Amino acid sequence: MLSKRIIPCLDVRDGKTTKGIKFRDNVELGDPVEMARFYYEQGADEIVFYDITASSDRRPIMLDVVRKVAETIFIPFSVGGGIRTLEDMRDVLLAGAEKVSVNSSAVLNPDIIRQGAEAFGSQCVVLGMDVKKVPVSQKIASGYEMVINGGRTSMGIDALWWAQEAERLGAGEICLNSIDADGTQTGYELELTKLISTNVRIPVIASGGAGTPQHLLDVLNQGCADAALIASMVHYGAYTIKEIKAFLSENGVKVRRYW
Amino acid sequence: MIAILDYKAGNLTSVKRAVDHLGFPCLITNSHDEVRKADKVVFPGVGAAGKSMESLRELGLHTLIRERFDAGVPILGICVGLQVLFDFSQENQTPCLGILPGEVRRFPDKICSQSGDFLKIPHMGWNAVRFKNDHPVFRNIPAGSEFYFVHSYYPQPANEQLSVGTTEYGMVFTSAVAFRNLVAVQFHPEKSGKPGLGILDNFCRWNGI
Repeated sequence: MLSKRIIPCLDVRDGKTTKGIKFRDNVELGDPVEMARFYYEQGADEIVFYDITASSDRRPIMLDVVRKVAETIFIPFSVGGGIRTLEDMRDVLLAGAEKVSVNSSAVLNPDIIRQGAEAFGSQCVVLGMDVKKVPVSQKIASGYEMVINGGRTSMGIDALWWAQEAERLGAGEICLNSIDADGTQTGYELELTKLISTNVRIPVIASGGAGTPQHLLDVLNQGCADAALIASMVHYGAYTIKEIKAFLSENGVKVRRYW
Repeated sequence: MIAILDYKAGNLTSVKRAVDHLGFPCLITNSHDEVRKADKVVFPGVGAAGKSMESLRELGLHTLIRERFDAGVPILGICVGLQVLFDFSQENQTPCLGILPGEVRRFPDKICSQSGDFLKIPHMGWNAVRFKNDHPVFRNIPAGSEFYFVHSYYPQPANEQLSVGTTEYGMVFTSAVAFRNLVAVQFHPEKSGKPGLGILDNFCRWNGI
């Protein structure tokens, strides 16, 4: 039986991780390669890198990080942030990432999903979705709307429609982030996760709101998520991946226990 | 030297990085001379069976793989590299290499777990492999180890004896095969952490017997 995946997410700016640096043993790490190694050895099932570098000369720095990570860890990892063209995708994949994720750029230009899937295969193309809860309307029938620019710009697009459209275009996986829950550490948006996960055939990674192992249990069970993204709860040393997996396993969730 | 066959089939560099990490000399190539000189061949693959067979034919690798197999050179097939070893794949209705008897089928559209949950296609993520016998390439891999899979099609060998590892995903399917100097796995050992590296390491040390 397939295991539910536990996936730490690292935000990277100018080649350094932005948060998440203090582990329980007080080792301070701002190096994404070293953090990736740490999580790999701790039993992460996959790692997500999100490049939040604003400057225009960002690409060589991130590609260098990707190459070093690929030499260091032997599990899948994805890279997102600022991926706009087929060439951006190709660079990241050739540098050694297993998957590449598109978010705002896909909302603005859905064809990038189709192009990426055709060129590299659906298994490489992850759709990142930033979603906000809104009153149900004719236009936003599910009550969840697509937003971009970190939630500042509403797109007038229904999140459920977009998830299904992206699947049709060839996305291989969805990383579903609730803007409302993001950063709160009060739990994932279960209703949203369930809505999307049960209405597409591709795997859904739940993102936003993880603070305790119970939150992961809830989103993997009630939320029907295939995987759970975590950040602060492990970056600041409150929990280890091993502890989270032990908790999930005790509560009947199939997770990978030997690595 | 280990030759990693280059036939434009996705991310070959990840296989090379893993073999480099283990300390065995290897190169990515589609030169027939280089492949003939190599004492082992890795046959990786990502993508669709149809395109893969097309590229193999264009590069003349379809006959070269058979030749190296007949010469007794240890060969490791990975993912689509496993699938195209069989007679036929339902993906793009593709006639394949026919080195192994059997065909490659698509997972049923409505596939459910034992508890009745609807399962997703592709089968993507970590899953266990039950190795059936003591093949040198799968030796000393701890029981319960999981491996990284990404696929929508699975092999159905015509001969049960070929299947040396099985995995459960709404059904039990063959995830590892072995025949003489050939082994092949449906999962990605290069992306499967230590157990995956263990299998690659075993292969790199295997003499094919």
